[in-house]
Amino acid sequence: MKSLVKILAIALVGVIASCKKDSAPNYQYMPNMYESAGYETYGENAMFENGMEARTPAPGSIPRGYVPFDIEGTTEGYNLAKATLQSPLDSTQVDLERGKELYNIYCGICHGTKGNGKGKLVQREKILGIPSYDDAGRAINAGSIYHTIYYGKNAMGSYANQLNEEERWQVVSYVLKLKSDLEK
Amino acid sequence: MKQVIHRKLSKAVLHFGLILSLAFTTALSAQEGDAAKGKSLFNANCAACHKLNKKMTGPALANVEARLAEEGLDRTWIYAWVKNSSGVIKSGDAYANKIYNEYGGAAMTAFPQLSNADIDNILAYTAAPPKKAPVVDGTGNSAQQVQASSGSGISNEIILGALALLFMLLALGLYLVNKTLRRFATAQGIAIPEGEKRTPLWKAFVQNQFLMIVVAIFFLLSSAYFVYGFLSQIGVDQGYEPVQPIHYSHRIHAGDNGIDCKYCHSSARVSKHSGIPSLNVCMNCHKSIYEVAPETQQEGLGEYGVDYNAEIKKLYAAVGWDDAEQKYTGETQPVKWIRIHNLPDFAYFNHSQHVTVAGVECQKCHGPVEEMEVMYQHAPLTMGWCINCHRETNVAVKDNAYYEKIHDELSKKYGVENLTAAQMGGLECGKCHY
Repeated sequence: MKSLVKILAIALVGVIASCKKDSAPNYQYMPNMYESAGYETYGENAMFENGMEARTPAPGSIPRGYVPFDIEGTTEGYNLAKATLQSPLDSTQVDLERGKELYNIYCGICHGTKGNGKGKLVQREKILGIPSYDDAGRAINAGSIYHTIYYGKNAMGSYANQLNEEERWQVVSYVLKLKSDLEK
Repeated sequence: MKQVIHRKLSKAVLHFGLILSLAFTTALSAQEGDAAKGKSLFNANCAACHKLNKKMTGPALANVEARLAEEGLDRTWIYAWVKNSSGVIKSGDAYANKIYNEYGGAAMTAFPQLSNADIDNILAYTAAPPKKAPVVDGTGNSAQQVQASSGSGISNEIILGALALLFMLLALGLYLVNKTLRRFATAQGIAIPEGEKRTPLWKAFVQNQFLMIVVAIFFLLSSAYFVYGFLSQIGVDQGYEPVQPIHYSHRIHAGDNGIDCKYCHSSARVSKHSGIPSLNVCMNCHKSIYEVAPETQQEGLGEYGVDYNAEIKKLYAAVGWDDAEQKYTGETQPVKWIRIHNLPDFAYFNHSQHVTVAGVECQKCHGPVEEMEVMYQHAPLTMGWCINCHRETNVAVKDNAYYEKIHDELSKKYGVENLTAAQMGGLECGKCHY
């Protein structure tokens, strides 16, 4: 009987030790120092709709340094951008090194690091039909590339929220370089 | 010289026959088309907007020729459409305009580089896609290996279980033998010799004061050790692995598919926070990828107990994407991701400073994320951990004009070749606590 109690005690310790759950956060000492009264990014607050603390900016407000892009995200807009839109970067502002870095993060995964439409996702047959930049039927230019990055096209989504305006133009410059490399 | 007329005639007949046969063979191949070639052409040119059995940016293309034939459109119409769809629309063709408007005025790209033979091949593919060859590549192998290893795991458990059972039976047997022998002894009237009474060991131990003091000191020290260990892990969430509302596998995205961390967490480059991507970033790919490959699905069900396709459906529900109609419904639902890495509010940490300026790899702090099926906190995120790294890491000053002057002065002051982050002021309290 005595030994039974001992065995049970050991088993209990074992159970407690194995119950340490990693799916719950640990205890905090004085949590009010960890979590201040101010709102935290991605926080929750019952005050708002959905309890979501993150809010979209008031309609019509623009961030500092924002340059509006007037061309619409339609086929007509695409053609307009293709015909009229020019890069605001002059030759000293074009930073192909940075353009390449950004291109490889955001575009290369589908379009391929050479721009031939053979990115890793295409090779693994996850996404298909990515055109090469030297595709004659599309005949892309700076304006059409910028419009496509801004609004997306067909299955491609918009990258306006991942790249700011200057970064988009850097990527455009790099895409044009890849295009001319492919056409050689 | 006079020409012989019948020879000329025979030559002409031969020529005509050759032309006829050529025309016939091309006509024949135009009827047939090579489905295998068509597949690669389809994947390279059409698949961006068309799938075989599912509406995408453009309509589904399986048996498109047969369906167009019902509309009274033949292959020449298809040639014209593929090579210059906007031209066909402008010409006022009724069906072309109907399709154009049905798909929201998204003009199909012109494909002047495709020859008629190419289009024939594509049509042959859409009419009868070739059967997929059985997969005998690396993934198949790894799947088999996985099965083999999991099989050995099961057999290990069986062996251990059997051993445990054996020991239990042995103990039971000994106990029963002992009991039976004692019964025999009492039945036979044999007195079992009792051991002479001695002071029990524990009593002797307790009575020895020296031993008691040693034990007490040992007990105090060891309990202090454990209490210290327990207290110092309070507030440390290393290994925290919550169950997220959508099972997102970093292993598949960052590992297998090699998507850059900064593709989704783009704000890590430029801001304090490494943002959680909004769902439009997911939809950049998952607009096209509406289900995972069958092997991946098997792996998920077998190894992790996750139905990946159902998880993609959860994404669609949250972002309000109607997969059948290929458009957004506008009914969105925010995803309640559970935050894993959370510094206390009295410590300031800036991602862009570490990612862009210092060029620190994400994995340095977040661990092998590309291997994590479920994301967990790799580093303790304690102050000692931060300080250690600042002491050990040399500042990347190469090609960074911002640091040139201060680096020269400070390295002269400390008499070192390369400055660490700590020597640049990375240990100042006010850097992180203010």
